Amino acid sequence: MNFLNTISIGFKEIWANKFRSMLTMLGIILGVGSLVAQSALVKGLENGMKEALVAVGGLEKVYITAQAIPAWQRHRAEQAVGNTMRDIRALQQSAPLVHLVVPEMRLPEAVVTSGSKAITPWHFVGTWPGSLDLNQHVVEYGRIFNDVDEEMARNVCVIGTDIRDALFGDPDEIGREVNPVGEFININNQRFRIIGMFRHYESELDRKTREQAASRGPAPETGGPSRRGVAGGAKRSRSGSGGGMGLAFEWKNKTIYIPLNTMWLRFRAGASTNNEPDPHLTAIYFKVNDLEHMNDALQQVKNVMSQTHNGIEDFAFNTQENYSESINTAVRNARLSGTIIAAISLLVGGVGIMNIMLASITERVREIGVRKAVGATFWDVFIQILVESVVIAVIGGLAGLLASKGLVNLLSILSPAGNSPVITWEAMIVAFGFSVAVGVLAGIFPGLKAARLHPIQALRYE
Amino acid sequence: MPLVSLRNVSKIYRLGGEDIRALDDVTLDIDPGEFISIIGPSGSGKSTLMHILGCLDTPTLGTMTLDGTMVQNATERELAHIRNQKIGFVFQSFNLLPKLNVLQNVELPMNYSGVSNRERRDRAMDALRLVDMDNRAKHRPMQLSGGQQQRTAIARALVNRPKIVFADEPTGNLDTHTGEAILQLFYRLSQEGRTIALVTHDPEIAAFTPRRIEIRDGKIAIKVDERLAGTGAHSRFSLTRSDAEGTRETQ
Ligand SMILES: Nc1ncnc2c1ncn2[C@@H]1O[C@H](COP(=O)(O)OP(=O)(O)OP(=O)(O)O)[C@@H](O)[C@H]1O
Ligand SMILES: [Mg+2]
Repeated sequence: MNFLNTISIGFKEIWANKFRSMLTMLGIILGVGSLVAQSALVKGLENGMKEALVAVGGLEKVYITAQAIPAWQRHRAEQAVGNTMRDIRALQQSAPLVHLVVPEMRLPEAVVTSGSKAITPWHFVGTWPGSLDLNQHVVEYGRIFNDVDEEMARNVCVIGTDIRDALFGDPDEIGREVNPVGEFININNQRFRIIGMFRHYESELDRKTREQAASRGPAPETGGPSRRGVAGGAKRSRSGSGGGMGLAFEWKNKTIYIPLNTMWLRFRAGASTNNEPDPHLTAIYFKVNDLEHMNDALQQVKNVMSQTHNGIEDFAFNTQENYSESINTAVRNARLSGTIIAAISLLVGGVGIMNIMLASITERVREIGVRKAVGATFWDVFIQILVESVVIAVIGGLAGLLASKGLVNLLSILSPAGNSPVITWEAMIVAFGFSVAVGVLAGIFPGLKAARLHPIQALRYE
Repeated sequence: MPLVSLRNVSKIYRLGGEDIRALDDVTLDIDPGEFISIIGPSGSGKSTLMHILGCLDTPTLGTMTLDGTMVQNATERELAHIRNQKIGFVFQSFNLLPKLNVLQNVELPMNYSGVSNRERRDRAMDALRLVDMDNRAKHRPMQLSGGQQQRTAIARALVNRPKIVFADEPTGNLDTHTGEAILQLFYRLSQEGRTIALVTHDPEIAAFTPRRIEIRDGKIAIKVDERLAGTGAHSRFSLTRSDAEGTRETQ
């Protein structure tokens, strides 16, 4: 029997029982819909976390911080030197497996004021310009400090947008862009000139929502490139919408960078503190040349540091690997639980189809008898039932793909704080493939049952 | 050579350890172009014989040949093919598919014989013209009278140009007048050279056909063949065709 004919018979049969078929499809619709939607959510989650990982410098970034001397070396504590500029120079010379070795000196709890306004930055860092690359900073206005600033320990700084917002006004509130370059601020009562400002950091999701809101708002103003439509009522996110992920961006926006030497001379060498000069670096940053050989590079750095530290292990490596690992675990778990739910609804959908096909062939025993009497073979009948089952599943699957779109939109509305879900082609193809498979499996048993009917018994059936 | 030949065919049903011989050692030939009726009381085995002849069922014992093919050990698939290509079957209860219209019902056998869509339509319309139903092609079976439904069923039986048409009580569900019209149709089809075998329990109907077989308890009891001279043909069926028509008219 012609295959197209079989399919058209299948469609007619389903059309003749519209309501029943639709109810049957519901299971498949939900199954496919939830499979695609959950995978979209997981994809969104993954993207958000990876984005945050990149924002904090990516996997190649490693930093060394001080660590308590291990117990077995306690007796040599007075020989411990801590992390200093000596390490930087040693690493630059003797650790070819890493690059961009950058020192950082931080001052916690710094108070920054301008006029009557004050803020405590999250990061107040004295460092080299290389830190921009390491920490994925982009200067939007002005410039980063140069060698001369460093050499002469000038009182210059580069600030994040949150610092600007707190001290000079938030563009969202005053309705125009504010460029703070050239202004002066006081950091712990030292006068600093602002020579640059970083761009506003935000997650992809925040950017999108802001742009959408902006395009809906009246007459978006064309200010700075990252500042589109501030007048349109589009709020830049302050709290960091992606939960823990958003914090990475918020922290970045609350940064002040000054030259390392300035930090040393103004805040550490005793000039403004009552304490003794503290030459210790808060952190030593570097980038691993080749992620594949992370361990070799770390070993090399460790060897160099052992030299400068007299063999005392008063330092520790910090990598983003744990973070990356936890991303993978989170994604895996989310995917697994979502897949189980979707699989169960697909299974239920399949049982529903099988049930309806069994009911359908019971109603059509006579029809099957007639078809056999005029020459339908076992396979003709089997294929006819199978095709009907698959057609139900395919229509349900297609509807499920549409439903997943709606479901994703609904979820986005219900919890706008989540990462924007991403519906992928792979997910759609896999889900659709599953619905077809479910249709085939659900049709096999009813199909066999119908095809095995003896023509005479089928014709006698009332 | 006969078109159909049964040799010592038995059909035995086993019900609760007891054998029921629905057909018992039946031997029968049907030649091409014959018009034959099978008559007998209810439960005598007429339908069983018809189903075996129509390849809808297989004999328990004995052999059957149809158009040169040994049928008793054919596979299901081969039987389906024979039913499709060589046999037209007309049922007492019409057995049209209610969801299809008249034309689609007549096209049904061609769905299983690889006839192109266009040719299907033409052949179905030809068959409908033959039974004078071409003007109802788009009607549903439900919208037809019993006689019209049976004519549609006959068109369906003829559409694949079978070697032989079997009809199991084709007038059983019809009133006398309509039944007679259907019989006239069969008579005409027979005159045009088709081989037809029909089952009835009505001797008046059997009288229409030149050859008659009576079954009792699964056995062939009496054979009448008007084509053979001097066989005492009218010993049991005293009605001639014209007599039968005459009787009917007076009813
Ligand atoms: N599937 C079956 N199982 C058991 N016995 C059967 C079966 N089919 C038919 N029979 C028996 O075979 C015998 C012949 O039945 P059949 O239907 O051939 O009779 P018939 O001559 O067509 O009767 P009617 O004129 O009432 O249609 C009956 O006794 C019937 O009970
Ligand atoms: Mg019968």
